[in-house]
Amino acid sequence: MEEEDAAADPYLPYDGGGDTIPLQEIPRRGSNYAMSNGGGAASSTTHLLDFLEEPIPGVGTYDDFHTIDWVREKCKDRERHRKINSKKKESAWEFTKSLYDAWSGWLVVTLTGLASGALAGLIDIAADWMNDLKEGVCLSAMWFNHEQCCWTSNETTFAERDKCPQWKSWAELILGQAEGPGSYIMNYFMYIYWALSFAFLAVCLVKVFAPYACGSGIPEIKTILSGFIIRGYLGKWTLMIKTITLVLAVASGLSLGKEGPLVHVACCCGNIFSYLFPKYSKNEAKKREVLSAASAAGVSVAFGAPIGGVLFSLEEVSYYFPLKTLWRSFFAALVAAFVLRSINPFGNSRLVLFYVEYHTPWYLFELIPFILLGVFGGLWGAFFIRANIAWCRRRKSTRFGKYPVLEVILVAAITAVVAFPNPYTRQNTSELIKELFTDCGPLESSQLCQYRSQMNGSTAYTDNPNQPAEPGVYSAMWQLCLALIFKIIMTIFTFGLKVPSGLFIPSMAIGAIAGRIVGIAMEQLAYYHHDWFLFKEWCEVGADCITPGLYAMVGAAACLGGVTRMTVSLVVIVFELTGGLEYIVPLMAAVMTSKWVGDAFGREGIYEAHIRLNGYPFLDAKEEFTHTTLARDVMRPRNSDPPLAVLTQDDLTVEELQAVINETSYNGFPVIVSKESQRLVGFALRRDITIAIENARRKQEGIMLNSRVYFTQHAPTLPADSPRPLKLRSILDMSPFTVTDHTPMEIVVDIFRKLGLRQCLVTHNGRLLGIITKKDILRHMAQMADQDPESIMFN
Amino acid sequence: WTSDTSFKTELLGLYGLLICYNSEDIRCKCICPPYRDVEGQIYKQNVSLKDCNCLHVVEPMPVDGKDVEAYCLRCECKYEERSSGTIKVTIIIYLSILGLLLLYMVYLTMVEPMLKRRLFGHSQLIQSDDDVVGDQQPFANAHNVLSRSHSRPNMLNKVEHAQQRWRRQVQEQRKSVFDRHVVLS
Repeated sequence: MEEEDAAADPYLPYDGGGDTIPLQEIPRRGSNYAMSNGGGAASSTTHLLDFLEEPIPGVGTYDDFHTIDWVREKCKDRERHRKINSKKKESAWEFTKSLYDAWSGWLVVTLTGLASGALAGLIDIAADWMNDLKEGVCLSAMWFNHEQCCWTSNETTFAERDKCPQWKSWAELILGQAEGPGSYIMNYFMYIYWALSFAFLAVCLVKVFAPYACGSGIPEIKTILSGFIIRGYLGKWTLMIKTITLVLAVASGLSLGKEGPLVHVACCCGNIFSYLFPKYSKNEAKKREVLSAASAAGVSVAFGAPIGGVLFSLEEVSYYFPLKTLWRSFFAALVAAFVLRSINPFGNSRLVLFYVEYHTPWYLFELIPFILLGVFGGLWGAFFIRANIAWCRRRKSTRFGKYPVLEVILVAAITAVVAFPNPYTRQNTSELIKELFTDCGPLESSQLCQYRSQMNGSTAYTDNPNQPAEPGVYSAMWQLCLALIFKIIMTIFTFGLKVPSGLFIPSMAIGAIAGRIVGIAMEQLAYYHHDWFLFKEWCEVGADCITPGLYAMVGAAACLGGVTRMTVSLVVIVFELTGGLEYIVPLMAAVMTSKWVGDAFGREGIYEAHIRLNGYPFLDAKEEFTHTTLARDVMRPRNSDPPLAVLTQDDLTVEELQAVINETSYNGFPVIVSKESQRLVGFALRRDITIAIENARRKQEGIMLNSRVYFTQHAPTLPADSPRPLKLRSILDMSPFTVTDHTPMEIVVDIFRKLGLRQCLVTHNGRLLGIITKKDILRHMAQMADQDPESIMFN
Repeated sequence: WTSDTSFKTELLGLYGLLICYNSEDIRCKCICPPYRDVEGQIYKQNVSLKDCNCLHVVEPMPVDGKDVEAYCLRCECKYEERSSGTIKVTIIIYLSILGLLLLYMVYLTMVEPMLKRRLFGHSQLIQSDDDVVGDQQPFANAHNVLSRSHSRPNMLNKVEHAQQRWRRQVQEQRKSVFDRHVVLS
């Protein structure tokens, strides 16, 4: 049994207001379990007699904020599959139904991919447009952003390429002049105004319509995929509000990205489409297969990285990942990428956001700065996780968290005020990353490349590319350092706000800035000291030796790896993002280093840390349980607790049963033969019992408070004048998992992980002794790791 | 015969208008770095892919005959296309959904309580706005579950019922996210 704090757990009776419990027929559990119990003739008679009884509607569903029973769901699915297969040969209609059933998985996944691609295209286009709305408007076509507005204009001079007559900044529109201190202040003011109004709209929409739409979504999706139920988290309103407010949040200039929320959006699509097919809507385990595929589609459209998306779903998000899910995820990612490409939001027929076009080789001595970047990534990741969790904890427990709207406005105001003066923070973060990844070309726009594009009469640019740094570069480096510090600080306060917020783009930006600084430093070092041993071996004077853009790429991968602790999926995502296949080895070196350094400070990534902060019942498959405790040390009841609440198989009356349910708050009760023998019969869930009793009260005649309740196949012998007995065998789980009290906890934890159990009964010499639930295991693990065991809240 | 073809051309024209096919949606962009005493320039023209090279796009050519080849060798030409119709449709869809949501939000937060207060008086307002905490009795919830089979034939009642249920859901979500900080720190 699970001890719930009755005061702190009002979820238990109240059904979170989620989806209605389907009233259609569901396959009965009694028959499955009779067969798996290994009966011969007995099982067939059980089956026959059960067949005559009506199924009780609502049994087999789950309460909000509870864990599903994976074993039961898988058995239900196999039963359904068997039934369809057995009827397949009867008629053409049945055959068609079986074909439809087999193909419905692919259909759901295709629909999910289509919807994710379409929504991602909408979000990209709208976010690009709204971002530029802070700067000005395009007078000829209001729906174009700055780049699209100037697409057809004919300014040929390089210096004027950004100023086209159709695009007017706010200062120009309001004051009539484009340059000068007055217009700078006007631009500044309008920038802040738009940023604040977008942020305010976003948080208001979230608060009024769909409070579940805030945050990143990946920690909750991880928990849902491991078997937790959060009703409404993947619903229609959450989907719509998340899409709309994601655009507003990104456009308001806050230090967040849209990758994590896109995964949430894709999973919402997957969930909604799975309700069209009874195979998935009624079975929670099958639904999670679709959700795994949907999360792969989400990452695929977020980054334009289909393969990286599948690996991300495998490594980060999913809990169980059978081979079938691998194929489905691949297909979903493919469909989503295809749809996004045909919408073509970036105008260059490419999915890839940060395409790098250089193919210069990297040298062995460059591994040293790459590894240093990896160390930086790991250190920053560890620092960020600690700081962000501390801030979120403060937000949860103190009065700070009472004013979410005010908090969002304040953070947006500070971000806008500090970001405007620095040109690197004023622009969109994705554009900043693109600029940092791009190596200096023939005509480079950014200040970083001024020393390259210097031309002086007859000296063409190819003469000496490794120029000494001009003052332009120094000022750019200063601005980059300030931008780095600013982003590091603001992301800590931004991740976890009550608007949709992602983490990938800000971490990549921080890494890219750090990497570029290191790259420019290395380049200058190579120029000034080209007679050092290292450079003389590999770098010729006059040859393009160091590519700072590559350092930025490696830095971005290192920082992202340090904060999320991804490995393979990160490398695949980064090289799919950039197209730089030659640079896999530096990427791998940096990512491994950042993971090692980060793990030295704490084993959890940011998502696991948020899961632990919220107390979700997530049994991490990556951690190992190395302690030598036994099952009897963890089981309940402990010495000081009241004895185990059990039900006897044919002794109770309806009144007594109701009393047990009302007085305790346990989720389920073992059923034993009799109090003397304590031999186990099965396990009955609280929700099923309450629904069955209510149903019996309405449908069956003569059930009164002193009717006998029996879990056996045949009614017990009763005196003649007693009221009609109530048979509850159909809701009884006849095959609960048991371990003996001397089983080592390593094995028990392994069983829970591999089978997805919620509870496990403990026996001693064949007699029932106690129960271990998932919550007890999580509390025990927390205790062993010296963390607060009371922080595990859900069961 | 003639009316048939004119009808078809009309339809085609309407279709074209709807899609807003813009011949300006393709371009060739040539970036030419500085050469001798010529500055760095960018040239754009909307030509198709086969004509996207230096000779067709760079006009007027800044250097003389024998230097043209050397100049053009340094230029990088890229073909780009976009779909302005898609962008326009997307932005319009997004803004209209945003506008509708804003109107609904204003209605829910300001107009509806005012209307209710005026129509039903103060006492009923308290009842309908109260947090429906839900019965602590587990059997009442089961009662709820099983009573969903009651179907009200009236459409308006159904909509009202669905809206009430949705608002209760949102209130519960709001409590757990914003007040109790239980989910989604």
